[in-house]
Amino acid sequence: MRNWQVSIALVCILLGIFLVAQLRTQQAKGPASLGRLDALSELYKHSEEQRELLELEVAKLREQLTEQEKASESAVAEELQKLRILSGLTSLSGPGIVLTLDDSKLKGNEDAPADMYLIHYEDLLLVVNELFAAGAEAVSINGQRIITTSEIRCAGPTILVNSTRVTPPFEILAIGDAQTLQSSLEMRGGVLEPMRPWGIQISITQKDQITVPPYKGTINFKYAVENRGE
Amino acid sequence: MWLPVLGLLIGILIGVGWQISLPIAYSSYMAVGILAAIDSVFGGVRAALDNNYDNVVFLSGFFTNILLAIGLTYLGVKLGVDLVLGATVAFSIRIFNNLGMIRRHMILGIARRWGEKKARQKKEIIN
Repeated sequence: MRNWQVSIALVCILLGIFLVAQLRTQQAKGPASLGRLDALSELYKHSEEQRELLELEVAKLREQLTEQEKASESAVAEELQKLRILSGLTSLSGPGIVLTLDDSKLKGNEDAPADMYLIHYEDLLLVVNELFAAGAEAVSINGQRIITTSEIRCAGPTILVNSTRVTPPFEILAIGDAQTLQSSLEMRGGVLEPMRPWGIQISITQKDQITVPPYKGTINFKYAVENRGE
Repeated sequence: MWLPVLGLLIGILIGVGWQISLPIAYSSYMAVGILAAIDSVFGGVRAALDNNYDNVVFLSGFFTNILLAIGLTYLGVKLGVDLVLGATVAFSIRIFNNLGMIRRHMILGIARRWGEKKARQKKEIIN
């Protein structure tokens, strides 16, 4: 056996070990290298699905709670029901308006940037604010009930309401005096007027009977505690 | 000639059995290390064929190459320059050169043996 063959064979053993280790590392990298974005969007989708499941569970538990309440004293139950209505945990029906907003069909040009033709979170914020100012008693955007802690917030290309994505067309339901609500939105210098020149698609329908869905999330106070002294 | 190939197979088997794997962050270091090792192997075979093989030179070259390649990669990461590409290109060129020389030796060797055989046959016919 010649000397050089032994040395090279030894080095080859090392090389083989390296090769296998490296191949294994690259294989383990697999799905992550397809793109961080893909992995993240997959995670996001997954957590959204999970949240839907949890929402179902919340609804079920609330149903159970309602049953329990029926058994308890009626006065307490009544008070509780009032509070639940107030905090938006019940579905409410009554007269009101259905306002539908959708992005403009017009295209942007160099004089007017494209984002003027889109509906922004500020638009929704202004509309909801105006509705409450006009005496709306319950408001929802695409099935998301607006409650005391609801946010309407810009998140990149989408809008979040109650931490849930909402996308155009936006269907805003408001219970209240239908005529007053419609007038408040359509008044001169009002909230809808600046949107019209850009071709934002707006439709308002007065209805005798609309149903606003309940708030689907949970209400947790992590920091605030009740001050009983007051 | 078959001992190095056998060694490679043994190494692969050890690697498969051992189940080692590196953190992903170090995979580029491992990659240049592997290139350096391949380069050393071909360099060693070539030197042996050239009849100027020396054990100390070969083994020291192997380890120095690997350390240098890894050091260069590390420096590149620190400086924000892809020095690993430089090491990759240099090793690739050397591997090709060495392979070319090995191929040349082998073809010449086979041709010489074939020529000797012919000559012997001729001699036998003549005799």
